[in-house]
Amino acid sequence: MQNFEYANPGTVAEATGLLGATWSDAAILAGGTDLLSLMKDYRMSPKRVVNIKSIKGLDKVAKAGGMLSVGAAVTIDDLMEHPAVRSEYPSLMQAAHGITSPQIRNMGTLGGDLCQRPRCWYFRNGYGLLGMQNGKSLIDAGENRYHAIFPQGAAKFVSASSFAPALIALGAKLKIAGKSGNREADLASFFVAPKSEAEREIALQPGEIVTEILIPSAGGSKNATYEVRHKDALDWPLATASVVVKMNGSSVASAKIVMGHVGPTPVSADKAAAWLAGKSITAEAAEAAGKAAVEGAMPLSQNAYKVQLAKVAVKRALMMAAGLSV
Amino acid sequence: MANYSWPEMKSRKVIGQRLSRLDGIEKSSGKAKYTSDLMPNGLLHAVLLSSPHAHAIVRSIDTSEAEKMPGVKSVRVVAKAGTEVQWAGAEIAYVAATSEPQARDAARAIKVNYEVLPHFVKEDQITRAGNRAKAAGEQVTGDVDQGFKDAAVTTEGEYAIPVITHCCLEPHGQMIEWKGEQINYYPSTQNVSGIGGDLARSLNVPASQIKVHMDHIGGGFGAKFPSDNWGKECANMSKDAGGAPVRMYLDRAQELTIAGVRPSHFAKIKLGAKADGTLTAWESTSWSTGGFTGGGMAPLPYVFTNMPNKRLNHTAVSINGGGARAWRAPNHPQASFLTCAALEDIAAKLNLDPIEVFSKNVQFTPRAETYIRQLKRAAVMIDWQKNWHPRGKGASGNLKRGLGIGIATWGGLGHASRCLAKINADGTVEVMMGTQDLGTGTRTCISQVVSETLGVPMNMVVVRIGDNSYPASGASGGSTTIGGISASSRKAAAEALDQLLDLVAPQLGVPKDQLQAVDSRIFVKGNPDKAISWKAACQKLGPKSIEATGENNPKQPGGLINQGVGGIQMADVTVDIETGVVRMNKMVAVQDCGLIVNPKLAESQVNGACIMSICAALMEERVMDNVTGRVLNADMEFYKLAGIKDIGEIQVEMEIDEVNDKRGVIGLGEPCAVGGVAAIANAVANAIGVRVPSVPVTPDRVLSALYGNRMERLA
Repeated sequence: MQNFEYANPGTVAEATGLLGATWSDAAILAGGTDLLSLMKDYRMSPKRVVNIKSIKGLDKVAKAGGMLSVGAAVTIDDLMEHPAVRSEYPSLMQAAHGITSPQIRNMGTLGGDLCQRPRCWYFRNGYGLLGMQNGKSLIDAGENRYHAIFPQGAAKFVSASSFAPALIALGAKLKIAGKSGNREADLASFFVAPKSEAEREIALQPGEIVTEILIPSAGGSKNATYEVRHKDALDWPLATASVVVKMNGSSVASAKIVMGHVGPTPVSADKAAAWLAGKSITAEAAEAAGKAAVEGAMPLSQNAYKVQLAKVAVKRALMMAAGLSV
Repeated sequence: MANYSWPEMKSRKVIGQRLSRLDGIEKSSGKAKYTSDLMPNGLLHAVLLSSPHAHAIVRSIDTSEAEKMPGVKSVRVVAKAGTEVQWAGAEIAYVAATSEPQARDAARAIKVNYEVLPHFVKEDQITRAGNRAKAAGEQVTGDVDQGFKDAAVTTEGEYAIPVITHCCLEPHGQMIEWKGEQINYYPSTQNVSGIGGDLARSLNVPASQIKVHMDHIGGGFGAKFPSDNWGKECANMSKDAGGAPVRMYLDRAQELTIAGVRPSHFAKIKLGAKADGTLTAWESTSWSTGGFTGGGMAPLPYVFTNMPNKRLNHTAVSINGGGARAWRAPNHPQASFLTCAALEDIAAKLNLDPIEVFSKNVQFTPRAETYIRQLKRAAVMIDWQKNWHPRGKGASGNLKRGLGIGIATWGGLGHASRCLAKINADGTVEVMMGTQDLGTGTRTCISQVVSETLGVPMNMVVVRIGDNSYPASGASGGSTTIGGISASSRKAAAEALDQLLDLVAPQLGVPKDQLQAVDSRIFVKGNPDKAISWKAACQKLGPKSIEATGENNPKQPGGLINQGVGGIQMADVTVDIETGVVRMNKMVAVQDCGLIVNPKLAESQVNGACIMSICAALMEERVMDNVTGRVLNADMEFYKLAGIKDIGEIQVEMEIDEVNDKRGVIGLGEPCAVGGVAAIANAVANAIGVRVPSVPVTPDRVLSALYGNRMERLA
């Protein structure tokens, strides 16, 4: 393990000042549930580790201007304790419950959930994010049961975030601090499919820190997350879907559907969502929306089953949002 | 010679009590020290550099840079130039340094030049095995063709159970200090009395120089008998470092890659039966791998060994993978799954209740009565009559419930064991034995036996185990420990008591055979007032103490121990046919047994075995990558094991009664770990109406079995 410098800044400005120009200069430490194992496995060898948990304010959840502002270093447990999250965002609560390790919920942070690295076993075994060897995709030729059914170019891993689909469906934005100032970004555009090993899966520059997640008020809309999991205990979902549905009486005014663990980024099913407009949510309509959501899926050699799972996740998330039992 | 026989079941005071394990609080509070917890001053940390290639020749190896790195005290090359490595993870070199990160960095600085050779790592398709396949030759019993002609129906099925690992929570390894003439060896082992000699042989030193000590072990399951090459190299590194203690444990990835696996088993089974379910013929073509050396045949047909008309063909397949080690009931879970799945399939085809078909065929087993009794009892426990339905004919809706059966058998005769019992003048008792407590409760059971035998409370008995300076006791494998240690400690305690009775008999005025020791008193049988307290009796020893030994010889069980049990397990599952996800509702286990020293610990064994079965039936699988030749899931993230929420209800019934009790003590660890996989796989088939041919029964396999290659449910 490469020796590293440990920095414990008290402000965001101090923290960004400690970050470097490249990923190998510095890594951001929050809960450490991913970073520590990446470092032990030599997947990441930063020269400096910058702890952001001592930064005041990054651990706060607050209502501000119709938005819920969640500091990047708020733990999953603390997020789940917040009354607004409990009352307004069942989809976030359901996503949080999907992280079935109390230890990870206790240590892990919302910012960390969004910035964690993919779990692809080729990546974790040292073959890179795209899993290429001698110009060929190890993922295509090998064990791809847990991989993308919506691959994007050479990126065939799946985004690991538990909260991103729910947050994107809710229209969340990020506040990002950098050396040259702060910026805001739609969470939907934060996840990107890298085209080469030099690129990352999130649109964050090496000198930047996610400081805040801004979640628009659910404002009477219904939202839900459904995860299909192999195990009930600690395990990654096989496919998830998060939905936000605005109702007009008994019919859908507008909907947003985002699937997780099916592509290198969360996948928005906009056509399926548009199709729902004007309809009431029944089991049949939810099933049809699920089917529409997986249209165009391009499963790999071993993961056709995930098409079915994603379809069911969408169907069940919609039914849950509509208060139907699944 | 003292009377060793077990006291009557009704008159026992300590044996048979549901007592919690003596080291339970120590273990659950973290106070218990495993050898991997030992961190003496001056400790060096060693790590293993292993091969990234599944098949390669080491052309050159250069350790010069590693040797110069900070903190490095010893570098030892295992795979010298010219060595052919046969699996990814194979040992290349070891490095010891003052900190583990330093050792890891140095290991990575070793430059190895490999000539990479073609590898073969997946045995699922036998046609691809080529010269890696070695046929064992055909075995035929009876007239197989006639047997199939006599059948009213035949079924042909393909079944598969993959390679899984032991996944010990405490990985393999040890701490060693080699100081002058003495080697202090602190291994994680199932073989306290034998492992020192094993290490001595590999180091070419006298066994007398090796002192072994281990208080606790974090799991073994059959994988921790030998000292292994890492024991030898760890000792050598300590020697290189002038006798400094060196600690070396495999990391998680290495533990799951090279520390032993359970062999796979693939089989095509053709079965014939009469209309009433009676089997008439069996034909199986099977293959398996346990790594580079291939894999033996599971005992097929399992349990129903006396059925007529069998034709068996087995092929061992050599792959470039880490080798097999004994895994809790070697080859039995695989055989039970293959056999019971085929039986369940033919029951479904005959439209018969599988209990009927199993019952009809127990005539072909060595213990028909046992299985009939157990099938009936398990059926009540799982509410079979209410919850069972013909295959696939359950309630409508997406959630399908099903029930299934699995069967087991095992020996479990106690191993050779010697015990030294000591009665001190203050009335305390010490028992010494070179055995180990694998988590089964060995300490507690020894204490119960000695307490019962001497009539003193358990807190007067100090049990000393885990050290090779104590009388030798067998390795803990094959469910042999409880028989061995209960018999030897019974005998040692009885002999010690006999000597004490010699001392007090004159005072009580009767021959010693008319005395008995109960409730901390020694009194005349039938005249309990004529007594001396235990303490007063022991005070007569003056400055001396009594020492007596007891020995268990498996060839002369002497009524204390026995072997041979059956077991039935049943599973109740719910399968979501939209997602393929299987959830456990309940498992029941009816377990044949002998004399049970501690029913709580015995049930705990069965509970653990049921959990292991759930893991193997629904989750566990070593995933090999064809291109890289590596194990892709050598972690505890994608090498999936059940958590509490995945387990459901487990109900265990030990068949404790006068008849079984009279058989003597019989080992239990293995038989309960056999039938669960079959029960769960059969329950899934019953629930969804089709056979999922391979375990673990994962969502993709369920969907594939239900909907074919598209794996999509077309509503």
